[in-house]
Amino acid sequence: MAAPETSTAAVPTLHTNNTVRNAFGGVLSFFILLLIGVLAFSIRLFSVIKYESVIHEFDPYFNYRVTQFLTKKGIYDFWNWFDDRTWYPLGRVIGGTVYPGLTLTAGTIWWLLNSLNIPLSVETVCVFTAPIFSAFASWATYLLTKEVKGAGAGLTAAVLLAMVPSYISRSVAGSYDNEAVAIFALIFTFYLYIKTLNTGSLFYATLNSIAYFYMVCSWGGYTFIINLIPMHVLLCIVTGRYSSRLYIAYAPLVVLGTLLAALVPVVGFNAVMTSEHFASFLVFIIIHVVAFVYYIKGILSPKMFKVAVTLVVSVGLAVCCAVIAVLIALVASSPTKGWSGRSLSLLDPTYASKYIPIIASVSEHQPPTWPSYFMDINVLAFLVPAGIIACFLPLTDASSFVVLYIATSVYFSGVMVRLMLVLAPAACITSGIALSEAFDALTGSIKFQLPGVSTDAEVDAGETSSDTTEAQNDEVKAEKPEETSKDRRSKKSKKKEREHVERPSAKAKVKTKAEKKRLLALPLEASAVSLLLLIVLGAFYVVHCVWAAAEAYSAPSIVLTSRSRDGLHVFDDFREAYSWLRHNTDVDDKVASWWDYGYQTTAMANRTVIVDNNTWNNTHIATVGTAMSSPEKAAWEIFHSLDVKYVLVVFGGLVGYPSDDINKFLWMVRIGGGVFPHIKEPDYLRDGQYRIDSQATPTMLNCLMYKLSYYRFVETDGKAYDKVRRTEIGKKYFKLTHFEEVFTTHHWMVRIYKLKAPKNRIRGKTKKSKSKTSSSSSSKTSGTKKKNPWH
Amino acid sequence: MAREKSSKDNAQALFHSLRSAYAATPVNLKIIDLYVGFAVFTALIQVVYMATVGSFPFNSFLSGVLSCVGTAVLAVCLRIQVNKENKEFKDLPPERAFADFVLCNLVLHLVIMNFLG
Repeated sequence: MAAPETSTAAVPTLHTNNTVRNAFGGVLSFFILLLIGVLAFSIRLFSVIKYESVIHEFDPYFNYRVTQFLTKKGIYDFWNWFDDRTWYPLGRVIGGTVYPGLTLTAGTIWWLLNSLNIPLSVETVCVFTAPIFSAFASWATYLLTKEVKGAGAGLTAAVLLAMVPSYISRSVAGSYDNEAVAIFALIFTFYLYIKTLNTGSLFYATLNSIAYFYMVCSWGGYTFIINLIPMHVLLCIVTGRYSSRLYIAYAPLVVLGTLLAALVPVVGFNAVMTSEHFASFLVFIIIHVVAFVYYIKGILSPKMFKVAVTLVVSVGLAVCCAVIAVLIALVASSPTKGWSGRSLSLLDPTYASKYIPIIASVSEHQPPTWPSYFMDINVLAFLVPAGIIACFLPLTDASSFVVLYIATSVYFSGVMVRLMLVLAPAACITSGIALSEAFDALTGSIKFQLPGVSTDAEVDAGETSSDTTEAQNDEVKAEKPEETSKDRRSKKSKKKEREHVERPSAKAKVKTKAEKKRLLALPLEASAVSLLLLIVLGAFYVVHCVWAAAEAYSAPSIVLTSRSRDGLHVFDDFREAYSWLRHNTDVDDKVASWWDYGYQTTAMANRTVIVDNNTWNNTHIATVGTAMSSPEKAAWEIFHSLDVKYVLVVFGGLVGYPSDDINKFLWMVRIGGGVFPHIKEPDYLRDGQYRIDSQATPTMLNCLMYKLSYYRFVETDGKAYDKVRRTEIGKKYFKLTHFEEVFTTHHWMVRIYKLKAPKNRIRGKTKKSKSKTSSSSSSKTSGTKKKNPWH
Repeated sequence: MAREKSSKDNAQALFHSLRSAYAATPVNLKIIDLYVGFAVFTALIQVVYMATVGSFPFNSFLSGVLSCVGTAVLAVCLRIQVNKENKEFKDLPPERAFADFVLCNLVLHLVIMNFLG
């Protein structure tokens, strides 16, 4: 008969049409992902277009120098490198104190390209590493969100992450810093963890450990992973979601992850000895106890299980108390309870300002203001709560992880501006989920109510004909588009229950399903308007992201520009000064400056510096700070004892550059005063303020920083008006006795001075006053009274 | 007195029921359990040795203990995946579980050999 034949023919075409649609969806997803990668790469190229392909800021210059060394000398010399060009005379063990992930990645890319005979320079590879890895990060976000909620949410989250300004700020082309690859490693590790949790496959657990190893290599923020995952495991156990997949996801990660973390020289034995890792060990023990309890519960009868519980509780409690007492004694014996300074400053936001002024002085470590949230994650800030609610409907292991991730990252981003970066992927994932669910609901309502497509009876027939092979052929072809659209929309719901349904009960069930759909559907006009508004919201987000990338985050900060009526001014003073140093001084000359400029000086000027941005030795920085705050002679003696030949100061008073050394002076005083008590901050303050005008204190007017910044400044405009402090300076006419000016850049932004050689003959016999100043200056004595340490 | 006796009886009854329940597990799982026990025992011996002799070189001690703990954990994972009573893993062929186990062990021991020093 015609009817069954067409039905049997119709069902396969229905099925193949379904697979064609799925295949079409897959291909479309692939091309969308490709476009997202291209978008992520190109939105970060503004600085290359506006300025040039140059490395930005301060830290990237160190990474660039390390990468240069790696590409020139090879990996064995890199691991064993002792750098004697920084922290003179202490030096720095680069192999053991740098996170090697970024440099190894860029070095590998450079080596690969060069072996393929594509001769890119190391600088080009370094500049473009960050945009490439941001493309990878958005693909990793797609994979992670797909595991949590599905492909639609994945694509939305990926496109949000490709453009989110907070991530752009740390990964523009030229920002060659650890976060460029670390964020990709973070998201990828989380993806593999969720994948292992969902599938329970040991293969993904192995991959998870390897991805965690890459994260440990790349960034100190890996402690976030090794604390978040145990927290999530604990959450799952406490909420009754323990399963054997959880054990497989967590236990191998701890063992393999700890071993791999201990392999990285920077971490070393800290992987088992510092408090940052104790959470993972504690939860490791807890999950074993829980697994054992579940196993015993499975093989015993309930009565016997109760007996076992009472026995174990009585005995185990005593043992537990003893162990905990020992542990507490061990931990309490260390002054910081085993935590490192940086981690403590995260947990207790006031810790750094009380105890570690260097950490407190970095501007990135300040708490963010409310507008910075809107600037950095924009629209996502109010999509996140909707996403959190969507994660609860339904709550799975993976979505509980997302909720925990966003909660903790919001807290930490509130402590430090720098950690807004960790908030960005979490915000993108939750907002992607929220947007995807909203789009689903709205488009579903629209499709359900489009006039002339479906009524209740036709819906019945279409659905049952897909389940059974019996003929409802007339409506089948008409229902095909409606049915498959429902298929695609409700892809996430289980299809199994529809296939196993009997015909009469199918009709009843389907009727209630159709009823449900009709009740859930929103009014047609409202959903159409909401859809439009959501798209407009996305447009606002895109416009803001592009603006932020172009205007706010693309400044290389080594080259400055300003617009005035005469056009565009370019201030290239930093590179001018470094190249002067490179060409006009000896290779072994030492340069002293504030620690901000250390990395740039070693990388671009290729001269030895006293302190640099690594800030690992507080006393050495305090020595330089004391020298900058002391009068000329004392400062000369300190610098002479450090073999310094040149002193570099940054001065913004002529052009209005606000981040100059005079503005950083309060930190020099504070840090110096923290170690050398003869530097007292109130000596420099007038009415609680640092002033450099005529009301300034005499200590301030005589200190080295003031003199080196304002020497001959009055010659520029006759009145010595400082454009940053907006006042005329106090002491205008003075001479330098122990330093001589050797170079000042075009806009007076960098000034280089040379230490004058010690006099051959000292006039008069007034050695007593000299010995008083030399004993009051800090660590090393020099000049007339040199004590022989061997007597 | 009576409470002690009854608790002793309880303990004995518990012990018996545990024993009989465990005897019912299949042989391949018992072999894996034996392997886990051996690994944990080896780890304990290493800890006792370190406590008596001292912890230098620390990386060797760490890699030794963690390799034992690691193989124990991976064997437990294998046992979970191969156990026929586990509903979540009934679609997983035991050969695949064993292949994953071997791969993870390979990675673990590669890292151990590197860290042993």
